[in-house]
Amino acid sequence: MKLFSPNFPVSVRSIFSARIVAMLLLSLLPVTDALAELTIDITQGAEGATPIAVVPFGAPAGLQLPQDVAAIISTDLRRSGRFKPLAKSRMISQPHDATQIAYREWQALGMNHLLVGKVSPDGTNSYRIRFQLFDVYKREQLTGFTITTSRENLRASAHHIADIVYEALTGEKGAFDTRIAYITEDRSNNKRTLTLNVADSDGYNPQVIVTSKEPLMSPAWSPDGRKIAYVSFEKGKPAIFVQEVFTGKRSKISSFKGINGAPAWSPDGKRLALTLSRDGDANIYIMDLVSRRLQKLTSHYAIDTEPAWSPDGKHIVFTSSRGGQPQLYRKAVSGGKAERLTFEGKYNARGSYSPDGKSLLLVTRVNGDYRIAVLDLQQGDMRVLSDGRFDESPSFAPNGRMIIYGTRSGRKGELAEVSVDGSVRQRLSLQQSNVREPVWSPYNRRQ
Amino acid sequence: MKTTLIMVLSFCALLTLAGCESMSGDKEDTGEGAPVEDVTGQGAEDDGSASTSAAMGSSSWSRESLDDPDSPLYNKVIYFAFDQSGIQPEYQDILKSHATFLSNNPDIHITIEGHTDERGTREYNIALGERRAQAVRTFLRLEGVNMDQMSMVSYGEEQPAALGLDEASMAANRRAVLVY
Repeated sequence: MKLFSPNFPVSVRSIFSARIVAMLLLSLLPVTDALAELTIDITQGAEGATPIAVVPFGAPAGLQLPQDVAAIISTDLRRSGRFKPLAKSRMISQPHDATQIAYREWQALGMNHLLVGKVSPDGTNSYRIRFQLFDVYKREQLTGFTITTSRENLRASAHHIADIVYEALTGEKGAFDTRIAYITEDRSNNKRTLTLNVADSDGYNPQVIVTSKEPLMSPAWSPDGRKIAYVSFEKGKPAIFVQEVFTGKRSKISSFKGINGAPAWSPDGKRLALTLSRDGDANIYIMDLVSRRLQKLTSHYAIDTEPAWSPDGKHIVFTSSRGGQPQLYRKAVSGGKAERLTFEGKYNARGSYSPDGKSLLLVTRVNGDYRIAVLDLQQGDMRVLSDGRFDESPSFAPNGRMIIYGTRSGRKGELAEVSVDGSVRQRLSLQQSNVREPVWSPYNRRQ
Repeated sequence: MKTTLIMVLSFCALLTLAGCESMSGDKEDTGEGAPVEDVTGQGAEDDGSASTSAAMGSSSWSRESLDDPDSPLYNKVIYFAFDQSGIQPEYQDILKSHATFLSNNPDIHITIEGHTDERGTREYNIALGERRAQAVRTFLRLEGVNMDQMSMVSYGEEQPAALGLDEASMAANRRAVLVY
């Protein structure tokens, strides 16, 4: 669905074609024009991950499933770094419910937990998935549900089950059934095309939501996961747009003279922090999204940019060059003095809070290389989590356990994920395009 | 002499800005390391380049000179040091030529593009690119160009001129471009 004429340098699409979207229980809707999917390559596995067996789900003979539900769950659990799923080839039996389980067999394989399930048809293009998670030693069920889903939502349902399993075993919410937004850049035949995309957190189901020949940058999810703010240079200068992900409807919310950049949603979704240079210098402003009224938060002749909200909405962390080089500062939204937060190294930028507000994710320079680090706000110590030369744009999963960021493989832009303890790494790459500026969505709207 | 004057004027401009800051009622600590060199350029010692612009027969320049490889106006790109926005002495002559041309042709308008290399974060680079464009604009203004003749846009690292990640490519990307 193009909202602009073909000669306009930008086209905006809804994810789900022109369909009116009903927010149902399990609601990832059909792929309309899937592009090349991001391929995942796990580059470093975790030691000390908990063994778990995810048995291929049973299905009646002749039922062709579009997705291998158990394989999706298994990959999700492995990606988290907390679990080490057993290879299918090592399974002695493949039970589908409690009556078929030989616990001793799974104990002998060193498994702590066992997930079994089956998928059965439930009318046309609809399925019923029944799954049960067992403690192999106690021989008891830890959790189990039956969920109804559609053919199109089968992947999303698998991620949802992975979230339920993850939470049952770790006590923490899973973030598999979430999405990522990212920018791609294609250079072919001397033409450059930039796109803003939304995909599942594992890179599947990519959807283009904006295409432009001019730079697109700084995507930011609204807290309800239904809108994305971004910067577009489509008119030859930067402007901030807010676009509804499901309908493609968008509005230009900032196009002042100079910089219009770094949009960041307040936790309540009612305000947007942004960078403007309309008064000459790059400063942080807060815009009320209903009245469009602006509050000038910082007023300094140095560069102030890259605002991010604390989870309680009371503070903004931002990058400032006021000390001579970029460092992170924090200021109360109500005003007052800016407090410097980073002192290690000569380049610390693009801070963002962890979901619990206890640490900051940032980009730091280490011996000339730009890397992703986490700063513990209580202890003050900084841990570097990446090992590239040009790592940037880090973003926390909504449960704070994983981080996605942009990196380079040679010249090519790729995405990388790392668990917050640094134990598990994976790369997400596109064969053709450069990928960059990933941002992890909030929890899925079903929660 | 002239560069000294530029420095003084730029510094005054800075002071004026700083004055505006305190008037806006912001209580931030502005005492640390004011980046004075960002605006003033680094050419204070280069006396030789400061007096050359008037001797170039500038009145004969026409719009065509912009596309003439033998004209000083042909060159429309200047380069910057890493993470800096000061005008380096070797580029002052280029800017002075353009300043002379623009002040003699007040109906001609330019856009000053600011760019950075790919190191560092993207939005910070947008701001850094704008600093570079501002430094050029300030230089041209002090050389007599009317503010109405100049607009600015910063692309940060989004429009690299060279695609490599080696030092030479990155140096080629740290630039400001005068677009007529």
